[in-house]
Amino acid sequence: MRGNNRSRRRRIKVMMDRRLVENFDWSIVFLFFAISCLGLVSLYSALYTQIQIHPTRNLFVKQLIWFALGCLIFLATLFVDYHKLKKLAPWIYAATLLALAVVLIVGDGIKGSRRWLNIAGFNLQPSEFMKLALVLQLARMFSSQDVEPYPPLRQLIPAAGISLAPALLIVVEPDLGTSLCLLAVAFTMVFVLGIRWRYLLVITLVGLLSVYPLWHYGLKEYQRERIRTVLAPERDPMGSGYHTIQSKVAVGSGMMWGKGFLNGTQNKLRFLPEKHTDFIFSVWAEEWGFWGCSVMIALFFLFICASLRVAGRAKDRFGMLLVVGLTALVMWQALINIGMVIGLLPVVGITLPFVSYGGSSLLTLCAAVGLIENVSMRRYAFRPS
Amino acid sequence: MGWNTGMKGSATKQAEKKTRALVQPDAKGLQLIAWEANERALFERQYRLIALFAFVVLAVYIVQLWYLQVAKGPYYRTRSENNRIRTETIRSPRGIIFDRNGVPLVENRPAFHLMLVREDIKDAEALNSVLKDISVLTGKSPADLASVLEANKTKRRFEPIRLVSDIDRDTLARIESRRLRLPGVYVEVEPRRGYKFSGTAAHVVGYLGEISEEELKKDAYRDYQSGEYIGKGGVEKSLEKFLRGQSGWRQVEVDALGRHIRSLQERLPIPGRDMWLTLDLDVQREAEECLKGKVGAIVAVAPDSGEIVAMASSPSFDQERFVRGMNAEEWKKFIADTSHPLLNRAVSSAYPPGSTYKPFVAVAALEEGIVSPTSIVSCPGFYPYAGRKYRCWRDTGHGAVDLHRSIVESCDVYFYTVGMKLGVDTIAAYAKMFGLGEPSGVELPSERTGLIPTRDWKLSATGIPWQKGETLSIAIGQGFDQVTPLQAAMAYAALVNGGTLWTPKLVTRIEAADDGDSDVVKPKVRRKLPVRKETLELVKKGLVGVVNEGRGTAHGIALKEVLLAGKTGTAQVVRMGENVNRKAHQRSLAAHERDHAWFVGYGPAEKPEIVVAVIVEHGGHGSSGAAPLAQKVIRKYLEKSHPELRSRDDAGEQPVPEEAD
Repeated sequence: MRGNNRSRRRRIKVMMDRRLVENFDWSIVFLFFAISCLGLVSLYSALYTQIQIHPTRNLFVKQLIWFALGCLIFLATLFVDYHKLKKLAPWIYAATLLALAVVLIVGDGIKGSRRWLNIAGFNLQPSEFMKLALVLQLARMFSSQDVEPYPPLRQLIPAAGISLAPALLIVVEPDLGTSLCLLAVAFTMVFVLGIRWRYLLVITLVGLLSVYPLWHYGLKEYQRERIRTVLAPERDPMGSGYHTIQSKVAVGSGMMWGKGFLNGTQNKLRFLPEKHTDFIFSVWAEEWGFWGCSVMIALFFLFICASLRVAGRAKDRFGMLLVVGLTALVMWQALINIGMVIGLLPVVGITLPFVSYGGSSLLTLCAAVGLIENVSMRRYAFRPS
Repeated sequence: MGWNTGMKGSATKQAEKKTRALVQPDAKGLQLIAWEANERALFERQYRLIALFAFVVLAVYIVQLWYLQVAKGPYYRTRSENNRIRTETIRSPRGIIFDRNGVPLVENRPAFHLMLVREDIKDAEALNSVLKDISVLTGKSPADLASVLEANKTKRRFEPIRLVSDIDRDTLARIESRRLRLPGVYVEVEPRRGYKFSGTAAHVVGYLGEISEEELKKDAYRDYQSGEYIGKGGVEKSLEKFLRGQSGWRQVEVDALGRHIRSLQERLPIPGRDMWLTLDLDVQREAEECLKGKVGAIVAVAPDSGEIVAMASSPSFDQERFVRGMNAEEWKKFIADTSHPLLNRAVSSAYPPGSTYKPFVAVAALEEGIVSPTSIVSCPGFYPYAGRKYRCWRDTGHGAVDLHRSIVESCDVYFYTVGMKLGVDTIAAYAKMFGLGEPSGVELPSERTGLIPTRDWKLSATGIPWQKGETLSIAIGQGFDQVTPLQAAMAYAALVNGGTLWTPKLVTRIEAADDGDSDVVKPKVRRKLPVRKETLELVKKGLVGVVNEGRGTAHGIALKEVLLAGKTGTAQVVRMGENVNRKAHQRSLAAHERDHAWFVGYGPAEKPEIVVAVIVEHGGHGSSGAAPLAQKVIRKYLEKSHPELRSRDDAGEQPVPEEAD
């Protein structure tokens, strides 16, 4: 009882520590809330029909609950020094990897893919949590004293291994988007450490050479179709080009100032089945136009810059790598998703961070923001050794 | 966090940190020094590269957005306005409900609705001219049409509004020929219920109504949409999940005037599953014919399976009226009707069973060894208890009565005597064993439980302990006793089939679903009664006597061709005084205070095929008010298996000699 009290007091003291508060990066929190608010506005519009039918029981209300939970998780992640996570990282990684394997066996299938795990009535997506777990584990591996800048191949191979294992499990689900996202995040973390030119050259060469076999044997027909569609969407307007064309019509019809809140016609005519998840940006673009899109994109860019600044000021390499990985997570998802909605990238299932509907994704992102903030707060706060 | 004490400004912060690193060059410190010296510069460069990468990509996106939204914006705007996709719901046709012989009781017919999309009409002037045209074509007043628009004001402009529902085919033809001159107008087809014999089996089949706001909020209706029709009574309600099916949708591309250009994708609706009831339309109609002009209910069940062959409740209602829709005035009148036409009296009303309860008391007495078939009770016309005289229905008394005579002549004094010996709780135990005062589990909504009182029940319900004198009225089925006509029929079925209590069965077969659900509904035994065969035989002999012996209370309904049996009953509505003349008493009562007439009968007595329970509210005596109706219904049913009944009309009907209980 007394011990408990003391530890609580100590925790409060940690929180109250002046420098922890001083180093709290308000811009990150502001940007996180700003993007989330725009996200909720878009989501309200995308789900408006549903909200009218069921005012109390709809996905929007559900997302609000997720958001509240996410804020709690954000706060919770502030309290624990991120160095503690360094010790836990392998366990978190292993547990999430196990969950990914389990989901393949017993997961709930939605639209032909097995991504969801039903725990106590909540549908959770282990692949979302894997993003965090992988970043933690990679940051731990690369922060070891043996790893020098411009690491040699033998130090990169284990990292490649722990990135590829979940990526493969997720590709089988099938969820190509998340899988690619994981690899992109891992690559970014390696990149920060410094990557030797010859490795980059080899990767590019291997990539180029594998295009042909991948195209013919690695991809499924519908995936090939989507890539062809980006190059020429009009070739099959009712089939695979349908999403891209309708999304472009939605975005384009927003014009300079948009059609106004709740006035999007492409949105409300339910032309896109994924409008509240993958295509949420098109809802925003239609109703708020070019200026709205510019604001959203600027906010994402500022968020990336602010997070990278935190990385630059981090106390140690683990913190730095952790923040870079988490930033990369938000960055790659935003870049791929927006690129897909405006017709520059093929349609892969990747959500827009903080904006798209999805509980697991939102919780993961809130934890990520919390961790970035955590590193920022503790950039000068040393523990006695 | 001991290290931070004494830290003041940020300038000293830097200095002290360096000092610390120099003073304590442990492993961690060395790592930090290395990190500061060698790596930070490199990493800073890499962050800049990442930020630059993001900047370049996002700049490309901004350019693309500029191209789409500003440069080509007007093109896409026009495209979004002209080339639109609408999702229309295709309602699934509900399952058809047949009787046991395959005669459809409820079918579907197409209903045509006139729909209007405001968005497709340019301005108020155009809207007015469209409304005027529609008014001429359909004969609806412009004010009516305007009020429909007003009621749907909150809908969004692109959402279709049902302007006129269920237009007839002539109007449909007139509108179709002028479609091109009516922008924003189209016709929607929806399957609606059609009744070939509207009003027949209305309570069993039920009716449909638009789903209400409260219902929409319930979990059971979570995938329903407002405006949808759901079952509100009968099997339409209780078996909604089978009958409903699953609606589909169609994506249609429409032009600027809302005209269909082409269908893009569609998912066809899954029709509801058809259903075969156990009802026999002929018997059902006979039962309804019998109740015409009366208030009451008739239930006919097959004792060997628990199937409900007929279930009539009077007054009934016209289901067509619900399909057409009632205006507020009509609805108010309908709801205010004091005879409650929507009430299914066969399951949702409970009445004191009167003397139809006596066979169960007799079973209890025989099983408990209170009486032997030959024990005699002397009936002087009353039973003295606590200084009062409890009357027998026959003021002159029955004299020396044994078990057989007690049932045949329905002697109250015999059952007073036996009941006092049994006690209220034992009687209740037997009655409940036969399913009286218990929900039967029939697949119909709002079933009443009824009531068979016990000591515990009275104490907890009223706070007053059981008075022994109350057992007297319980023993002859008056007082607190309440049973539904269906319970009575099922209990008699168990009595005459050798002791099997069935769960009432209303559905013989449900059309198999795609997932291969079992489609035949098997009879369900509720329980096998632990009653000796001899006991049941003795009681049944008494029931045969009721109809076929000269002094039997239902002597008048005997048929030559088939041996019928049964028991009359009279449920008191108003208690009669001690020394009042019986006939004068009934005559003096207003119509709504007169006794309810009961009869539960079956036939053929040797091997019962049908059990019929009849209650006529305020119908007077069971012998005259209910028994003849039961006879007609039994006859109608037996005609099919006993051709000799068919040739003669009205032969069985003789004037009832005496009003007996």
